[in-house]
Parts: sequence; C-alpha cells; structure tokens
Amino acid sequence: MTVLSALQTPRAVKIRRGLTLPVLLLIFWEVSSRTGLVDARFLPSLEDVFLTAKRELVDNNLFGELTASLLRNIAGFVIGSAIGIVFATLLALSRAADALVTPTFNGFKQISLLAWIPLISIWFGFGEQAKIVFVAIAAFIPVVLNTYEGMRNVPRDLIEVGHALKFTNVQRVTRIFLPAAMPSIATGVHLGLIYSWLATVGAEYFLAVGPGVGGLIIAGRERFDMALVMVGVIILGLVGFLLNRLAAAGEAYLLRWRVTAH
Amino acid sequence: MSSFTDTVIGAAGAKGIDNTAGWKRLRNRRVVRRAVIGLILPVMLVFTWWLASSRGWLPEQILPSPAYVYATAVEMIASGEIFYHAGMSLRRVVYGFMFGAIAGLSLGVAMGLSRTVDDYVRPIFLAFAQIPTLGWIPLLMLIFGIGETLKIIVIAKGALVPMTMNTAAGIRSVPANYVEVGRALRFSRLQTLRLIVLPGAAPSIFTGVRYGLTHSWTALVGVELLASSEGLGYLLVWGRQMFWLDVVIVAMIVIGIVGFLMDKGLDVAETYFQRWKRSEGEA
Repeated sequence: MTVLSALQTPRAVKIRRGLTLPVLLLIFWEVSSRTGLVDARFLPSLEDVFLTAKRELVDNNLFGELTASLLRNIAGFVIGSAIGIVFATLLALSRAADALVTPTFNGFKQISLLAWIPLISIWFGFGEQAKIVFVAIAAFIPVVLNTYEGMRNVPRDLIEVGHALKFTNVQRVTRIFLPAAMPSIATGVHLGLIYSWLATVGAEYFLAVGPGVGGLIIAGRERFDMALVMVGVIILGLVGFLLNRLAAAGEAYLLRWRVTAH
Repeated sequence: MSSFTDTVIGAAGAKGIDNTAGWKRLRNRRVVRRAVIGLILPVMLVFTWWLASSRGWLPEQILPSPAYVYATAVEMIASGEIFYHAGMSLRRVVYGFMFGAIAGLSLGVAMGLSRTVDDYVRPIFLAFAQIPTLGWIPLLMLIFGIGETLKIIVIAKGALVPMTMNTAAGIRSVPANYVEVGRALRFSRLQTLRLIVLPGAAPSIFTGVRYGLTHSWTALVGVELLASSEGLGYLLVWGRQMFWLDVVIVAMIVIGIVGFLMDKGLDVAETYFQRWKRSEGEA
C-alpha cells in the first residue's frame, strides 16, 4: 500500500478531519498571541502556558494539588455511592420505607447541587470534611435514582424464581435484585463519578482552603494569570476524561456476563 | 417476607384494572394514603428541627428556628425581594438556555446529517465538553468580566453540550427506511428534515432539552455564587456571609421549587409535542 492510498482509508480520513480544527485553532492561537492580535493577558502564548505548566509541575507541587483533589473526590464518591446503593435498595424493596422516604428524597433532589454549598460551609466549615460531604451528596443522588430504577424494573419471573426456590430475603437481594439491577446501578455509579468530579471542583472553588486543582484555578483568576487558569482548566478536562474512561471500562467489566447472555 | 412481591404485583394490578368506579375510588384512597404517609417524614424533620432550635441544642447561627425561616420567607415575599432575585435568575436561564439550545440544535442537526461535519467537529467538541461548565467560569471571567455576558455564556454552555450530543444521536438513530419512504414520496431536503428526521429524532432531542435545562440551572447557581450582585445564587452567598441562615434556607427552597416547576413544565411540553406517539400506541 502506497503512502497516498494509506491516507485515503476511511479511518485516515476521519483522523485527518478530526485533527483539522484543533490544528487550525492552535495555529490561530499562536499567531494571534505572537503578533499581538489579541492581548496576551487574555490569550497567553502556547509557550507561556507550557512554561507555566512546567513551573507548577516542577516548582509548585502540581502533583500534590492534583492528589489532594483526587483523594477527596474518591473519598466522597465512595461514601456517597455506597450509602446511595444501600439507601436505594431499602427504598426499592421495602414498601414502607418507599412510602415514607421517597417523597422527601424527591423533594431534596430538586435543590440544585451547588446550592448546598453555603449551608454545608456553615455546618461543616471550609475544611476537608465539608468538601467530602459535598462530593458525597453529588455522587449519592444519581446512584440512588438509578439503583432504585433498576431494582424496580427487575423482571417478575426472576422474582418468582426466588419464591419457588424459597430464597431468604438476603438471598433475594444478593442473588436476584442486585445482579438484575446491575446495569442500572453501574449507570448510576458512572454518573456519580462524573458528578463527584464536578462537585470536587465546585467544593474547591467555593470552600477555597487547602490544596487542590480548583483552588489553583481560583488563585490564577485572582492574580489575572490566564496561563495558570488554562493549565488548571486543561487538567480538569483531562482528569474528567480519564475518570469517564475508567468508569466505562469498569462498567464493561462488571457487565461482561451480559454479552454472553444475548 | 412477601412484601417484595407485593409491591410489584400491587403496582401491576393497579395499572391493569382501573376502569370500574370501585377501583377508581380505591385508587384515590390509595393516592391520599400515599400522600399522608409521604408527609410523615417531612413533618417529623420539621418537628426535630423546631425542637433542636427551641431547646437551643444548636446555636441560632447554625440552625435558625423554622418559625424564623418562615417569617423571613413571608417578609421576602411581601417585600417582593424574593421575586426580584428569582426573576433575575430566571431571566438569565431563559436567555442562556435559549442561545445554548438553538446553537446545540443547529450543531447537532449538522453533525447528525453530515458525516463530514461530524468528523471535523466531534473530536474538538468532545475535548471542550470534557471540561465541566464550572471549570470554564474563572477563564471566562478573565475574558468577559463578571457582567451579564459571562452569565449568559456559562448558562448557554451548560445547555449546548447535551443538546448537541442528543440531537446528533437522535438524528443518527432515525431508521433508514423512514428516510427511504421520504425519498419514495419525492420529499425535498427540507421536507425530509421537517417531516421525517426531526420528528424521528424528537424523543432524543427532548432528552437533550431536559438535560440542557438541568445543566443550565446548575450553571446558573454556580455562576451566581461566584460572581453576581443579584439573583438566587447571590442570596445564598450573601446570606452565608452575613450568617443569615434563614435567607440561605429560603433561597435553597426557592431554587428547589423553580427546578421542580421547570421539570414539570418540560413533562407537559414533552407529552404535548409527542402526542402523536401516544395516539399511535392506543390505536
């Protein structure tokens, strides 16, 4: 295959097209910041951004900030989704709990996530605890909604099988309800992971004490350091992307039995 | 022991047989009973709240009494203050959402209809979409300042991403034989788009609208928390700074109610726009 024909395969065409706009954007960026077309305070040169990234990475412990963010993200996410799965299982399987609690949960759910921040900061301060509580709430809500949905939609014949086999209540949960609702739970956990990263950023913006990528961006804004803000924003995007990939891979792994079932 | 299956069978029974008057009455009674049971927990919560504040278990700044919050709410309604702030927030959401939704719809239609556009735009669009709306705010603040422009752009961005993705996916999923029917009927391109592609993609587009509006609303609260001098988010920050927790709680409740109403409004709009689907199912 010659070079020319290799460039004509559908895949190559797709890649070439996909790269066109980003490359054009970078060229436009570089040219306009070099020629002073756009004020360098608003659009620092690529070199500037790169140097800032290097400075933060080597001199200013960017990894420490990132680790701090990730740790509180994971802590909040694990707490929120674990409580969420248990809570939703209870609601879905017990009629009494459902009637008592679900309307109240639906009421609280309506309050936009970020609106919790002032209340949390008064009750838990600005420290680590407040941030983790907030991240946990963010993960909790989608996990509850999807787990509940999944458990409610377990096919009736499966439940009857459990009846026929005289399963105990615990067996029903572990052998029937949890596995049958697993796709839905996985969706909830996946969403929870995305929301918790969003919440981590939010918590670091508004409860800006201690290390973290969000704090870095806020500091960059306060110092009018566009390059620093850009570095932070790029890191946010990268971490979000990686978390998303990780969740998708985990989901595929957990649900691998489904492929053979079809 | 049998409560597990009861729930499912009970629900199926209520759905299946409800055409006789007796069943209707029974169902009405059930609705009332559910509402009463659902109110137990909120009433208990408020009671505990009242007990905790009146006994002084928690200081007033940490937990104002329900009566105090109620008085604040009444006062803010009477003075019109709450309507002013809610109105500001709503206006921002309406404008931002409108711009974002229109842009997202156009981009999504272009990406859905044309492979070429999709190939060019999707990678860079996804890269930008990876960054949460909240992440953009400080960057946009440096460029646009903290005025209305910033707010509209941030809210529009919140709506743009889900609108684009769902519109494109919806159009892609319109079955090819529908489009062939259009070809057989010699529809023009515009007719195909209006009569086949868009209605076929409507359910997915509505999902986009729903997520878009939710994201817009979240983005609004975020941007108002960071930079504003009016609006519901501002009330939150202001109440927080003054340690007026009553104002914070009132603002949270209003945010919840507005979110709820927008959700319900969408439900109504969705059934209205997709009424053809229902009648088709019943026929």
